[in-house]
Amino acid sequence: MNHIPAHLQIQDLDVRYDNNPRLALDNVSFSVPEGTRVAIVGPNGAGKSTLFKAIVGLLPRERGSISIHNGAANTLQECVAYVPQREQVDWRFPVNVQDVVMMGRYGSLGWFKRPAKKDRLAVQHALAQMNIENLARASIGELSGGQQQRVFLARALAQDPRILLMDEPFTGVDVTTQEATLNLLDQLGAQGVTLMVSTHDLNLAASRFERVLLLNRRLVAYGAPAQVLTTDNLLRAFGAHAMFVEGKMIVDDCCPGDEHLLLGESPALETLER
Amino acid sequence: MIQIFTEPLAYGFMQRGMLAAVMVGILCAVVGCYVVLRGMAYLGDAISHAILPGVAIAYVLKGDILVGALVAAILVALAIGFFTQRGNIKEDTAIGILFAATLSLGIAIISTIKTYALDLTHILFGNVLGASDTDLVLIAILSVIVLVTLLALYKELLVVSFDPVLAATLRLPTNLLINILLILIALAVVISLQTVGVGLVAAMLVTPAATANLLTRRLPTMMLIAGMLGALASIIGLYLSYYLNIASGAVIVLTTTVFFFIAYVFAPARGIFWNLRHRPPHAAPTR
Repeated sequence: MNHIPAHLQIQDLDVRYDNNPRLALDNVSFSVPEGTRVAIVGPNGAGKSTLFKAIVGLLPRERGSISIHNGAANTLQECVAYVPQREQVDWRFPVNVQDVVMMGRYGSLGWFKRPAKKDRLAVQHALAQMNIENLARASIGELSGGQQQRVFLARALAQDPRILLMDEPFTGVDVTTQEATLNLLDQLGAQGVTLMVSTHDLNLAASRFERVLLLNRRLVAYGAPAQVLTTDNLLRAFGAHAMFVEGKMIVDDCCPGDEHLLLGESPALETLER
Repeated sequence: MIQIFTEPLAYGFMQRGMLAAVMVGILCAVVGCYVVLRGMAYLGDAISHAILPGVAIAYVLKGDILVGALVAAILVALAIGFFTQRGNIKEDTAIGILFAATLSLGIAIISTIKTYALDLTHILFGNVLGASDTDLVLIAILSVIVLVTLLALYKELLVVSFDPVLAATLRLPTNLLINILLILIALAVVISLQTVGVGLVAAMLVTPAATANLLTRRLPTMMLIAGMLGALASIIGLYLSYYLNIASGAVIVLTTTVFFFIAYVFAPARGIFWNLRHRPPHAAPTR
């Protein structure tokens, strides 16, 4: 593994919201080799979304550095795609699904250029991959929540990213969308795309990802799922939100809208049992 | 019959007025699409009133009134952008303060000028029939500049308006783009001074675009329809003004308003009439 250059390297990262005395991210350092699938796990307010926003440049860094392919984070931006937890777009805006997915091509197109045939093909391909070709001409306001998410995943695909960041893609979506998202992760993983996905689902983190990053403002643990998702680490990350029920660990995020998360009887999680 | 349409055009001032009104109608409506979609109607109104001190100062200094208006409009557009982008004052508060301040300054300066009364009504309500050849050339040049800029920055303005998060991810200079948009609005406002005047510019920006928004669900089509409605309202308005002897700016704005209500009632899928006839048995709201 050592000979592969770090695709994404985060060094001593501090992020603060406005004048909040508490750092949102405190001295976080880690590196992700090219093509690795990383699940980011942590309680609410752990800074998972903050980490993503800092990587794409939506939030300023107070300290530390982010480098992609050994370049500064702002030099290779078109190769990073980001799908936020909830899209902050105006759903009444007069654009259709095709228009939204085409926006994924704008980064590589550059100023003043119009989309060419190559870009239209990329859009068609992305729509097909997310299985929403039939919605190409639907306006975005008409879509269901799951369909909306698939549109934004298609847009991320159309960006042809080397690094894809997804914030909670499995929270509050229908089974079809969840399945489509998982298929997409597998496909992109096979293509060598680096994936960072935040999730509350420890099972999923253990079974579908090569590495888990356990975060609670500071980096608690980072490595292979079996090494990271130990009782000790989870207690350190989740604190009072971790409970044991009948020998299994439950992490409970009590905030409205979040599901209660139960660790099932997955073989990968034997380490969690007492 | 055809005489009804040709007779007014026998006069040079009507020909020039018609050209000016059509150009302004198209330009305002196309720029207005962004005003409507970004919820900047109040801002359009503020910029139009901010013109007043510029015009007054230009008059006192015996300079060109349009230049004075242009400088004032761009300054106030950028001031609003500056206050909002620093993030500690809300946009509507910033607009409210600057709107009243510039209007007061304009009135204060004008009240010191004794001979101003007649020109002032032209500034406030427009005088499309007084458009000179120079005015026409100026309107044409500014229209081309604004429309070409809108076309050239179509992708970027679309992303910045629709999805600020993507705009930031793509490292688009969001503040610069919004400032450019503010300047384009300011330019549109200044050239409509001639046709509808300060008091009614906001209507030319908002009403045709809002009407088009009821009739289509894609931005390019919305701009096209808005532009056509703006032009059509200007033509109809001017004929009505000629035959009924009503102030032209007012009739033009009233015509766009009639268009809006027709669309509001009869628009496919979104009008009141359609909803009455095609009400679904179980209204399923989308998220």
